[in-house]
Amino acid sequence: MDTLLIHILNSLLYASVLFLIAGGLSLIYGVMRIVNMAHGNLYAFGAYTSAWAVGRVLGNAPSASPALYALLPVGAVAAAGLGALLEPTLLRPLYKRAEEYQLLITFGLLLILEDLMRLIWGPYPLSVSALYEGLGSLSIGESIYPTYNLAVIVVGGAAAAGLWAFVYRTQFGVVLRATSQNMRMASALGVNVNRVYVQAFTLGCFMAGLGGAIVVPQQGAVLGMGPDALILAFVVVVIGGLGSLEGALIGALMVGVVRELGITFFPEIELAVLYLMAAIVLLIRPAGLLGRA
Amino acid sequence: MNAFPAPPRRVTITALLALLALLLVPFAVPPYQTVLLSYGLVFAIAALGFNLLLGYTGLLSFGHSAYFGVGAYAVAFIVKYLKIESMEVFIVGGILASALVAALFGFLCVRYIRIFFGILTLALSQVLWSLTYKFFWYTGGSDGLRVPTPHLLGGAIRMATGAAEDKLGFLSHSYYYYVLAFFVICVAVMWVIVHSPFGKALQAIRDNETRAEFVGVQVWRYRWVAFVISGVFTGLAGALWVPLNGLTTPDIMHWTFSGEMVFFTVLGGFQTFFGPVIGAIVFNYLKTFAVGYTVYWQMFLGVVLVVLVLVLPSGIVGTANRLALRLRRAPAT
Amino acid sequence: MSILETDKLTKYFGETHAVDHVDFTVTEGEVLALIGSNGAGKTTLVNLISGLVPPDSGTILFQGADITAASIHKKIGLGIARSFQLVNLFDQLTTLDNVALALFSRDGKTRKLLTLSDADTAVRDEAVGILQQFGLDARARMVAGGLSQGERKLLDVAVAYALRPKLLFLDEPTSGVSTREKAPIMDIITSVVRSGKITAVIIEHDMDVVFTYCPRIVAMHQGAILADGTPEQIRNNEQVTANLLGTQTHP
Repeated sequence: MDTLLIHILNSLLYASVLFLIAGGLSLIYGVMRIVNMAHGNLYAFGAYTSAWAVGRVLGNAPSASPALYALLPVGAVAAAGLGALLEPTLLRPLYKRAEEYQLLITFGLLLILEDLMRLIWGPYPLSVSALYEGLGSLSIGESIYPTYNLAVIVVGGAAAAGLWAFVYRTQFGVVLRATSQNMRMASALGVNVNRVYVQAFTLGCFMAGLGGAIVVPQQGAVLGMGPDALILAFVVVVIGGLGSLEGALIGALMVGVVRELGITFFPEIELAVLYLMAAIVLLIRPAGLLGRA
Repeated sequence: MNAFPAPPRRVTITALLALLALLLVPFAVPPYQTVLLSYGLVFAIAALGFNLLLGYTGLLSFGHSAYFGVGAYAVAFIVKYLKIESMEVFIVGGILASALVAALFGFLCVRYIRIFFGILTLALSQVLWSLTYKFFWYTGGSDGLRVPTPHLLGGAIRMATGAAEDKLGFLSHSYYYYVLAFFVICVAVMWVIVHSPFGKALQAIRDNETRAEFVGVQVWRYRWVAFVISGVFTGLAGALWVPLNGLTTPDIMHWTFSGEMVFFTVLGGFQTFFGPVIGAIVFNYLKTFAVGYTVYWQMFLGVVLVVLVLVLPSGIVGTANRLALRLRRAPAT
Repeated sequence: MSILETDKLTKYFGETHAVDHVDFTVTEGEVLALIGSNGAGKTTLVNLISGLVPPDSGTILFQGADITAASIHKKIGLGIARSFQLVNLFDQLTTLDNVALALFSRDGKTRKLLTLSDADTAVRDEAVGILQQFGLDARARMVAGGLSQGERKLLDVAVAYALRPKLLFLDEPTSGVSTREKAPIMDIITSVVRSGKITAVIIEHDMDVVFTYCPRIVAMHQGAILADGTPEQIRNNEQVTANLLGTQTHP
C-alpha cells in the first residue's frame, strides 16, 4: 500500500515539474503560435541560476536556513528576464516570415545557451542537495520519503492553480486569451500585441525557469538537461494538446504516471515507452487529447 | 526570391567544371585532404536528402541523424553478424535499413502539424540514440563498433595490405572515386526528383498545403514519400561514411549531429538545389578547422545560425545568386 | 438535371448557426451567384460542399452520389473545384507551374518522380493554353508571388479551372481588385466557364457584377437561404434589399 503511495507521489512530483515546463511551452504556442526550441534551455538556465545563487549564499555551511528556500525561485526570475530580452530581439523580426525561420533561430539559441551555460558554470553538475535534505523526510508506512518532494508537488499544484486563475480570472488573462484566439481582431480592438507577446513569452519562460529552480535541489543542474526536458515537455504537449493549459496538466500527469511505471518495470526503455504512448495518441488524435491546432 | 529563376545553362557549365575539379583532386592535393573532401561529399549527400524535406517540402527535421546513424549501424551490423565486407552489400543494407526506419518515423511525423514536426523528429531520433546507447551488447554502446575497410565492386578493388599507408592510399584514391561516383549519381537523381511532377507537388505543398489539397494532391501521403526518400539519401551517406571513419558510435545519432545537418543546409542556402551541397562541404572544412580552436563549437554554430537567419537567410549560394543577378542587371541602367 | 443538392446541411461554430439546415440545389450548366452580408454563411456553405470543413449534419449529393463524408481528394476526383477569396497560390512556383501542377494532379502524374516535368509537352502546352485563356501567358515564367493582385485572382481561378471540373465554386473572384479590373476578370471567367460547360457558383459582394453576370441569384442571411431567383426577382425582393443592400459600395 505504501509503495503505491510512493509511486503516486513520485508521479505527481514528476508531473509537477513537467507541467511547469510544458505549460510554458504550450502557453507560448497558444498565444504566439511559435515553438521555442530553446525552451528546455530556459528550464536548465533556471536550474543553474538557482543552484549557483543558493550555492554562493550557502558557501560551505552544511545546513540550509529557511531563507534559502525563498531564494530558490531566483532561477525563474532569471529565465523570465532572459525571455524578456530574447523575444523582442530574436523573435519579433521573424513573425512575418515563414515558420522555419523561428524554428531555426530558436534552435540556434538552443546551441548558444547550451555552451553558454558550460562557459559560465563549467562542465560539472551543480548541486544544492543541502536544500533537498534540509526538509528532512516523512515516514510513509515502512519507507521514508523526502519532504522536499512533497514541497515540489505543492508548488506544482499551486502553480497550476495560480496560472489558471491568472489566465481565466484577470484582465491580463482576458487580453492573453483574446490575442491567442484572434491576433488581428485583438489588435484592431486596441490591444498592444507586441506587449502581449513579450509578456506571454516572459511568463512561459518564467514557468520553465521555475520548473528548473524547484527541481534542482533534487536533481542538480547538469549539462544536457535542457534538450532532454524539451523532448519530455513535447511528449506532454503531444498527449495533452497544443495551446491548452488543461491539456498540459493532463499530459503531465499521464507522462508522470507512465514514467514512474516505466522506471519501475522497464528501466532500460522507459523513454521508449513514453514515446510509444505519444505515438499512440498521435495516431488516434493528431491534435492531442485537448488540443486545438 | 528572384522573379525569374536562373537559366539552367549556367548551372550546367559550373557543375561540369566542378566535377572536373573533383576528378582531379587526388592528383593535386595530399591524401589527407582528399579524405577530408570525401567526408565533405558524404555530408553533401546527406544534405541533398535533408533539403528535399526542408527546401522543397517545407518540413524542417531536427532528427536526421537517426537515418545517417541507421545507415552507419547497418554497415556495422553487416560486418559484425554477417561477416561480410563488401561495400555494395553495405550500401544495400544501409539503404534498406534507413528506408524502413524513415518509413516508420515518417508515418508518425507527417501526420502532425507542421510546426511541431521539428521537435517530433528530434524526439524520435533521441529515442533511437538512447536505444543505441543502452543496448550495448548489440551496438557496442559508447565504444561503438569497428568496421574494417571494405572491398569495392565485389572484391575487384581492395586494399593491398592492412598497413596504414595502404589504407590511406586506398581511401584517398579508390574509395574517394567510389564516393564521388555516388555523389554524382545522388546529385543527378535528386535533381530529377525535384524537377519531376512529384517534385513540383512537393513544392506546392510547401507553398500552400491547403491549395495543394484542393488541387488533388494528398498532402500527407506525399510528405511521407518525401520523408522516406530523404531518409534513404541520408542513410546512404551514413553507409558511405563508415569506412572513412573506421568506426561508428552513438554520437552520430545524437541530436547535435542533426543540428549540424540543419546548420550546413542553411549555411549553403536551403532555397537552392546546390546550396546544401556547398554548405556541407564548407562546413566540413569549418568544423575541422574550428574544433581545434575552441571547445565552444556549439555556441559558434548557434551564433552563426542566428546571424544567418537574421541577415543572410538565403545562405551562401542564395546570396551569391542574388549578387550575380544584380550584377547582370546593372549594365541595363 | 441537378448536379448538386444539399439536404438540411448544417454547421455550427459554437453557438452560431453558420449554415442552418440549408437545402441548396444547383442545376447542371448554370451560373449562379451566392450573395449575402458577411457572416451570412456563403463561404461556410462552399467550405462544407468543397470539403474544407466537415458538416455537423445534413447531406450533400453530387450527381446523385452522396459525398457528405467524402475526402477533398475524392471530391476533386469527382469534379468539384474551387477558388479562394484570399488568394491561395503556390507563390514560389512560376505562373505556368501553378497551372501545370493542377494538370499533373488531374492526370495522376504527380506520382512520377523520375521524369522531368518540363519534358511533358502535352501538359505544358495545355497549361500555356489555359494561361492564354486567362490572359496570363505573358507572365508564364514569372514566379506567382510577383504577379499583380488582379493577375493573382485570375491565376487562382485558372488553377481551379485547370482541373476541368464539372462544378466550380468561385469565392469572391473580384474582391480586392479595382473596379475597372472587375469586368475583364468576370468576362474571362464567364467565357471560360461557358466554353468548358462548367457549372459555376460565384460568391460575390459586388451587386453590379452579380446582376450583370449571373442569371440566378441565391441570397443567404444568417445561415439560411433568404431568396432564390432571377436578378429581377431579387432586386424586387424586400427582404433582400432590407438585409443586404447595406453591403453596396457604390454611392
